[in-house]
Amino acid sequence: MRFPRWLRPALFIAALLAIWEIAVDFHPGQILPGPVSVAGGIVDLLQHGLLLKYVVASLFRVTWGFVLAAVLAIPIGLTLGWYRRGEMAFNPLVQIFRPISPLAWIPIAILWFGVGDLAAIFLIFVGCFFPLLLTAMSAVHNIPDVYINAGRNFGLSPSAFVSRVLYPAVIPQLLVGLRITLGVAWLVVVAAEMISVNSGLGFLIVDARNAGNRYDLVIAGMVIIGAIGLLLDIGMRSLEQIKSFRWRYSEG
Amino acid sequence: MSSMIKPRTWERFFWPLIAAALLLALWHYSVVWTATKVFPSPMSVEKGIVELFHKHVLWADIEDSLRRVAIGFGLAVVIGVPLGLSLGWYPSANQVVNPVIQIVRPISPIAWIPVAIIFFGVGDRAAIFLVFLGSFFPILVACVSGVSSVPPIFRSAGRNFGLSTPQLLARVVFPAALPQILIGARLALGIAWLVVVAGEMIAVDSGLGYLVIDSRNSGKRYDLVVAAMLMIGVIGLTLDFCFRRLEKIKSVRWGFRDAS
Amino acid sequence: MSQTQEVVPGIKSAPKLQAEHLGVVYDRDGQSMPVLDDINLQVSDGEFICLVGPSGCGKSTLLNAMAGFLSPASGSVAIDGETVTGPDPRRILVFQERGVFPWLTVEGNIGFGLSKLPRAEREQRIAHYVKTVRLEGFENSYPSDLSGGMKQRLQVARALAVNPDILFLDEPFGALDSITRVIMRGELLRIWQAERRTILFVTHDIDEAVQLADRVVVLSSRPARIQDVLTIDIAHPRNISSPRYLELRDELLKQIGLAYEI
Repeated sequence: MRFPRWLRPALFIAALLAIWEIAVDFHPGQILPGPVSVAGGIVDLLQHGLLLKYVVASLFRVTWGFVLAAVLAIPIGLTLGWYRRGEMAFNPLVQIFRPISPLAWIPIAILWFGVGDLAAIFLIFVGCFFPLLLTAMSAVHNIPDVYINAGRNFGLSPSAFVSRVLYPAVIPQLLVGLRITLGVAWLVVVAAEMISVNSGLGFLIVDARNAGNRYDLVIAGMVIIGAIGLLLDIGMRSLEQIKSFRWRYSEG
Repeated sequence: MSSMIKPRTWERFFWPLIAAALLLALWHYSVVWTATKVFPSPMSVEKGIVELFHKHVLWADIEDSLRRVAIGFGLAVVIGVPLGLSLGWYPSANQVVNPVIQIVRPISPIAWIPVAIIFFGVGDRAAIFLVFLGSFFPILVACVSGVSSVPPIFRSAGRNFGLSTPQLLARVVFPAALPQILIGARLALGIAWLVVVAGEMIAVDSGLGYLVIDSRNSGKRYDLVVAAMLMIGVIGLTLDFCFRRLEKIKSVRWGFRDAS
Repeated sequence: MSQTQEVVPGIKSAPKLQAEHLGVVYDRDGQSMPVLDDINLQVSDGEFICLVGPSGCGKSTLLNAMAGFLSPASGSVAIDGETVTGPDPRRILVFQERGVFPWLTVEGNIGFGLSKLPRAEREQRIAHYVKTVRLEGFENSYPSDLSGGMKQRLQVARALAVNPDILFLDEPFGALDSITRVIMRGELLRIWQAERRTILFVTHDIDEAVQLADRVVVLSSRPARIQDVLTIDIAHPRNISSPRYLELRDELLKQIGLAYEI
């Protein structure tokens, strides 16, 4: 018998949901909601217009923080990667800053920006800046020498070299790095919103719990966060598929 | 790259020191210039570090954070590696389970905090659970993709020598996939470190993350805040460094093209 | 001059390997493509057989089927009277490249199939085959430290160490430069003459086939049948300028040419 490819995973998910629902029904005093009440929670949010509002708020912060980080980190990273000494100078510093969780910056963020949107955007910026910097530096490293020598051989001016050799050569790796960092940004925005603002999906989770133990909304929030994170990832992956960027992968 | 002259060895220390000195100077003078009352100057941070060390609080906090990472990461490895190897080996199983993984993976461990608190209460176990969540998925994904990128030639050769499936998995597939698994594990360790600090800021009352928040909340001791941040950075870097040394072992190095 | 035959008279009557009406079919996108068609071949113990034919004709497929990595669609292969149903340490396949395990040292690779032996015997065998393939001094080196020719020698050593009845080699020297290839041929012959194993050797290099084989099996293009079997009746060491050598070589070229035309 031929089943469509999505049938088995769908059945598996359905089975998990069923187990979850049954487990919850058997423990009536349980705080944790079952999938049915979570679904109800999602509908609830939609009806009150909150879902859209919160999603937009979160996306807004992510976009600002992410784009700012990319716009700064990539050119700086490419430059640093190109000049060996520049990299030698700054790499250790970056390596120390990178493992510091963006959340650890919260006190400083609040100190500089107060509680609110700007602080959240700053946190996302910090969370994206260092990984993107490192990605850009490493992308320059990985340009095969042959390309550089060929570019030199043909006597390209510096700006032509950058636009015709450097930029196309680094794009595949940059795209991968951007996709991964976007995932990080999405993680950070949720955490940032839990602490320092009053809208957005992260806030939803914290608020739903604090103001009335609405755990169905908490989990609804989690599900939506997962879904949007997944969509963002798929979106970035399809960018990577654009033919003019795909040359790298055919190299094997 | 563009500087064709090979930098000499002493330069490896020289330039970072210059950059660090530059940064410190910038920091110091911006503190002085803006006459801020709150943001610490480099000197006060240094004093703060000394203070923390003397108070013995620092050691306990570092120990707590590291312990949570060790247990959470360890669990992720112990569960994730066999599961990942199996899923990678049986693509039909992977096809069924993968969509679930892809949906759950982007949910930030931080978003799991309320659920974690329901199950584990506020404390150690919740933090370990969060670390586990953060590390589990990168390891799982790395194992699955590691297995599927094992060249079929190795599997054929293993079978040719009469290995049964469990033997094949242990003696051929696992070593062949190990370089990729290690990359995933190193990534997972980095995430674990980020998550533990974040988790400690919200759901626990000890550890380096807690130290950051607490220093601010009880007394606006920003010098301690920055001191704690630096410690977090240095320890995270050390963890990463130790892991990279694992990648240099000859039995694994073949898998890394960029054997630097 | 050339003899189309399936059984060589005068050699032991019980063949080491016997393929009867062997057919292999590839399924791709729901369509089945026959690759091998009605292959009948008998190989005697200790013989060195080369398989040649146009590229893509199915030489490697035939080798894989005989080694047990592919199931035949029709017919069967029997080794020592036993039907082949899967891979087995008694018949080891040496691949063209990247066959050695990069995470094991030279000793580790050679000892790979020897885990059931007691330690002393295992070490002795490893030492013996390190010497046989002339890799002394590299016992603790990893494949990444070895050249292409050395890696192929390592594969051969690993294969020989488990004492197989038959050795299958799938264009083992194809990825090496021409000088190394010549050296490796000499090495292989030396080992074969010392250990007298049955060898089936796929190559696209006609000179290689005439230099090495007792008999050369010519396959036609897809779907492949045995077009011809040439007996190389020159004693080793073979003089590659001798008239008989050139005669056989020309005959083989002609056969391959025919194979391309069909």
